[in-house]
Amino acid sequence: MADITLTIDGASVSVPAGTTILKAAEKLGRQVPTICYHDHCTANGLCRICVVEVDGVKPLLPACLSRVSEGMKVSTSSARAERSRRTILEMLASAIDLSEAPEIQKFIDDYRADRARFPDAERREVPLLDDNPMYLRDYAKCILCWRCVQVCAEDAQFTFAINFKGRGFDTGIGTFFDKPMPETTCVFCGQCVGVCPTGALKPKREALLEQGISLEEILQATKGGKKRRRKSS
Amino acid sequence: MPAIPVMSDSELDSLRSILKDLTPQGRSALLPALQAAQQLYGWVNEEVAKEVSVALRVPLADVFGVLDFYAMLYRQPVGRTVLRVCSAPVCALAGGDAVAESLCRHLKIVPGEISSDDSFTVEHAPCLGLCDHAPVVLANEVVIAPADPGAPASTCAPSKQSAASFVGGDIRLLTINCGAGRTTSLNEYRQRGGYAGLKKALTMTPESVVAEVKSAGLVGRGGAAFPTGIKWEGAAKAPGQPKYIVCNADESEPGTFKDRILMEDDPHRILEGMIITAYAVGASRGYIYVRGEYRHAFNVLSAALAEASDAGLLGANISSSDFNFGIEMRLGAGAYICGEETALLESIEGKRGLPRIKPPFPTTSGLFGKPTVINNVETFCNVPLIIERGAADYRKLGTERSPGPKLFCVSGQIERPGLYEVPFGISLRHLLFDLAGGMKPNRRLRAVLMGGAAGAFALEKDLDVILSFESLSAAGLPLGSGAVMVFDETADIGEVLKRLGHFFADESCGKCYPCQLGTRRQHEILDRAAAGHALAGDRERLSDVGGTMIDASLCGLGQTAPMAVLSAMKLWPEMFK
Repeated sequence: MADITLTIDGASVSVPAGTTILKAAEKLGRQVPTICYHDHCTANGLCRICVVEVDGVKPLLPACLSRVSEGMKVSTSSARAERSRRTILEMLASAIDLSEAPEIQKFIDDYRADRARFPDAERREVPLLDDNPMYLRDYAKCILCWRCVQVCAEDAQFTFAINFKGRGFDTGIGTFFDKPMPETTCVFCGQCVGVCPTGALKPKREALLEQGISLEEILQATKGGKKRRRKSS
Repeated sequence: MPAIPVMSDSELDSLRSILKDLTPQGRSALLPALQAAQQLYGWVNEEVAKEVSVALRVPLADVFGVLDFYAMLYRQPVGRTVLRVCSAPVCALAGGDAVAESLCRHLKIVPGEISSDDSFTVEHAPCLGLCDHAPVVLANEVVIAPADPGAPASTCAPSKQSAASFVGGDIRLLTINCGAGRTTSLNEYRQRGGYAGLKKALTMTPESVVAEVKSAGLVGRGGAAFPTGIKWEGAAKAPGQPKYIVCNADESEPGTFKDRILMEDDPHRILEGMIITAYAVGASRGYIYVRGEYRHAFNVLSAALAEASDAGLLGANISSSDFNFGIEMRLGAGAYICGEETALLESIEGKRGLPRIKPPFPTTSGLFGKPTVINNVETFCNVPLIIERGAADYRKLGTERSPGPKLFCVSGQIERPGLYEVPFGISLRHLLFDLAGGMKPNRRLRAVLMGGAAGAFALEKDLDVILSFESLSAAGLPLGSGAVMVFDETADIGEVLKRLGHFFADESCGKCYPCQLGTRRQHEILDRAAAGHALAGDRERLSDVGGTMIDASLCGLGQTAPMAVLSAMKLWPEMFK
């Protein structure tokens, strides 16, 4: 395919047609911040932290999804884009436990976002779910990046054990009628834990180690329910 | 472990026979299946949801995700009758809260609870589209409008009544058969010249039908004002079969009730518009998606579809031509976001009503990934008129850049709330004072909310603004869906904003962060401002949250959710610190 030439923050770059603004900027060595985006998951443009300003386009565009076009003039850090990023970060901090999300913490510092911008704001507080020997689900840390649902479904595993529940601010990740994980189609492949960016999903052994629990106790606590049958004894 | 409800085979038999018929449709029958299940059992329990999952081959977690998304689907028991009390601004001004309180007191419950005899649940509802009869209660499928806060017992045992809306205006083209308080039958519609547009269209080439609509300058009446002919042309030229025509009858914008009246009073005009559209773009299948709260309109349209099919106006070889087109009905289940066109398509496909990323646009990749024209009810109603009269004649109505007739829904503190049909180009003053009777005695106008919840406020000084796309846009006022909510000096604008804030927070789908988080933060700030407890810095917070929603939200809901608030901040800066 023919190359497309565009300018990003005044610098000219040529990339193959179909390239996203995010990837074109990377080619120029410019990092547009992303939160929900993952190279191996379907991009959905959820977090909008990667929004950029494009000449002649009224709303800001998500760089992770928007394709380049010939002559496009992109500004990755216009005042509007920065205001949106900062406000989104402030709203995330107002609602979600980001204590184990170092990348987001760094963005908050980079954009000088105020962690206490929204006093008296309702937080998305939900109890920790410890219902299986493999991983913990602490959805108070969940930023709804969708990665876990996607890898459980068509992006990787085709297991369909989890999906969304509720809507709006009260959206969550859930199982069929909130069943514990072992009663779902979950095969404990660990893909969801692997892509979680905020520690909302965490291997149980890691969590117990962090609490300073001894290895023996951890092994005891995380043994699978079913015992493997040995062929001979 | 909590006991799983065990239902006997005989209890599940009627569901299974319904599911058997729906199975071939797969996931796209998910909403109808869940609605049928709820109709049978009052709510959808685990076992019932499992039956649906197996029959339609939809993963359990996905069934649950859909069940939990829509406000009118229940995964726990509710009263046999759900009393939905409208909590939108106009109903609130007319005493909606008092209605809800008196019902709760009468039934000895709080909202969301079930009365002791399992008969009733009281809920707050978003705008029910009956603003001209405020305050309104929907008792399952029965409309009580207006509801009397002093008579909760009669609200609980309503006699079957349908509220007749006042329909007036300078012209009566789209509404010629509306306002009599009953449905126009196929025979009556035909006697008054109905289906003449279709007859004429079938003598034209599809390309010339598209060309006619293009030169008529028709733009969408749902709120986005996209040129209809260009949309049709896109779908006509797009590769892929079958092509779909979808009627967006998910009218849910607070203050808007025009589509409900068109559907209830004159359903065949909508069908005729859809059939002509299908012919023009080469589509063979259509859907009408009616919001869940409009059960009566849904029933009326379903009956009209049967009439039209029997008369050979739908189905194979329409009017003895070689053109085939069929329409299926879909009932929404309580989600404002499904009025967003791509969310509506997702909902038809049996998914949570989340808006899609655009591009691709529905014209090339719409329903089931196929080329799709999706238009609003009022837009379709313009089509027979354009074809029958010809574009040049149609353009004699309205202004150069806003041709044609337009429906306005006037509600709130005004003498004669109702639906008004006018040519584009009249003034707001004419609409409110000549047609709708002006302010109530000894009351002065405080503000007019134009365009619905996602609208902006006009003041006394703006009354001479011309109602056309170009003039309104120059005045910074949106036309939106044609909602015109009038507030006099007794109205508390802070309270109005609080209602709007609640509405958007309840109706955000939760997909993109600016709207998912921003609608909640906005609602919290508006709540404390209305209570007189605004915090220092709230004005800046609202302006940053609002600006971020406008600039960075994924769809129109988030992009317009702060509009009325930002407009009020400019007009009444003293409301916020």
